[in-house]
Amino acid sequence: MSVTEKEVQYIANLARLQLNGEEVKSFADDMNKILGYMELLNEVDTDDVEPLEHVIDLESRLRKDEAKEPLSHEDALKNAPDADSDYFRVPKVIE
Amino acid sequence: MSTIDHEKYEAVIGLEVHAQLLTESKAFAPVKPEYGAAPNTQVTPLCLGHPGTLPVVNENLVRYIIKMGLATQCDVADKSIFARKNYFYPDLPKGYQISQFDTPICYDGFVDIQLEDYDKRIGITRIHMEEDAGKSIHDQDPYNTLVDLNRAGTPLIEIVSEPDLRTPQEAYAYLSKIKQIVQYLEICDGNMEEGSLRCDANVSVRPRGQEEFGTRTELKNMNSFRNVERAIHYEIYRQIELIEEGGEVVQQTRLWDTSKMQSRPMRSKEEAHDYRYFPEPDLPPIRVTEQMLTDIREELPELADVRRKRFIEEYGMSVDDAVTITDSRYLADYYEEVVDHLGNPKSASNIVLSEVLRVLNEKSIDIREFPISAERVSKLVKLKEDDKINSSAMQDIFNEMLVKDEDPEEMAKEMNLIQVSDSGFLEPIVDEIIENNPDEVQRYKEGKKQLIGFFIGQAMKASQGKANPKLVKDLITKKLND
Repeated sequence: MSVTEKEVQYIANLARLQLNGEEVKSFADDMNKILGYMELLNEVDTDDVEPLEHVIDLESRLRKDEAKEPLSHEDALKNAPDADSDYFRVPKVIE
Repeated sequence: MSTIDHEKYEAVIGLEVHAQLLTESKAFAPVKPEYGAAPNTQVTPLCLGHPGTLPVVNENLVRYIIKMGLATQCDVADKSIFARKNYFYPDLPKGYQISQFDTPICYDGFVDIQLEDYDKRIGITRIHMEEDAGKSIHDQDPYNTLVDLNRAGTPLIEIVSEPDLRTPQEAYAYLSKIKQIVQYLEICDGNMEEGSLRCDANVSVRPRGQEEFGTRTELKNMNSFRNVERAIHYEIYRQIELIEEGGEVVQQTRLWDTSKMQSRPMRSKEEAHDYRYFPEPDLPPIRVTEQMLTDIREELPELADVRRKRFIEEYGMSVDDAVTITDSRYLADYYEEVVDHLGNPKSASNIVLSEVLRVLNEKSIDIREFPISAERVSKLVKLKEDDKINSSAMQDIFNEMLVKDEDPEEMAKEMNLIQVSDSGFLEPIVDEIIENNPDEVQRYKEGKKQLIGFFIGQAMKASQGKANPKLVKDLITKKLND
């Protein structure tokens, strides 16, 4: 399994990252090393092993369906880089 | 100009329905999922995607979806996990939606739909839990998009059908059935216009007899039941005409435009999505115990299909009437309450199907908003059955009852509509009519018996509507035949 530079660029784009040529190369190398290491696992027979989604063996605790006080409107908008008196404001999204 | 034989083709349709759950709090945060509240006032740090916040599952998200699963004959997974669906959009502050991917909690179910001349079973592939995103507003500010996160985290279930539907009418019937079930279960209000029920459709066509599916398109933005039917109809014809002209259907998402009554492709700028689903690390698996299933099963109400059959058997109702009355759980409840009061299923269905439904339709209201209680309407019907009022008086009193919360019998007295069955009072009136209308009397005696209606009408008028029409008829007949 090997990661191409094109794939690195694709993944970067999905993550909204801009990488220069050098970085792309370096990430491709890193990713290939990681995946190469992971390939060790292929040597283990996992046919009868259930997939492990979580490392801690827990089940979800369910919360009672009750509403509490929301955050105040002022606090909600306080940390926003941009807002008007009602809304968060972001650069125009063209549909 | 169209010489295309559309009958050569068959459509294959599958629906994805999102239902907003009627919970007290959001899917993973203890705050009201309130609509119509001022922007950004029903939020917690979790809804805003702040670092360090952790989701906790609302028990009713799980209970409600299991109700839906059981009501649609699904299997319920004893263990299922949440997954992250990753994409960037301003109204999704975390950068991912918590959803389910390859372990939906409910799967392999079905619903039976009824069409005009046939019934059909439609498979349900899966029903899974997820959270809604916030709302982006693009047209209020010329330079910015505005974001309201009140809706972010509202609990949704997504119901995915098998591609078993073949016509727009079947799609409509299926969607109506889903709406009916969520309303019976009281887990969603089922209002498409307000967006608490949303529907996307996958549509393809193939020559009749061909096994293989054609290329499908996905239809979005259909915000009413009728529009779902129209948009699918439009899409089937568009695809058939395209193929007949030698073209090819392109796999794409299309948006329905209600004002133009046509669909257009969504700009493909949002290239093929790559959601990179992976298990949600912040939420351990959901375990559904046998005990939970048993408890939820006991809470299930009698659903419309069962109730309809019971009404037909127990109350001797016609199929059409039973379909109409059981369409809404609350109307069926109302009807049964009237039956309890009156002890007469037939007169109960008469008043509900004629008068009550007429008002509901005229005012476009739900039976729960109807001003006359089942008990009061029953009292009114009872007056008629006891011959204390005639049917036109019943109608007048009924209309008054819509605006006045008084006892029907008191109202009948006040309105001077208590029927007079006293022949001492009626005889002089009848005598006078006979005396004043010698021509009609003559013709009646010569055999024109339909004139009886004329005499009754005159007597009703003279008594100001209070006479008992049956008694009047007897009196007149007797006198004229003497």
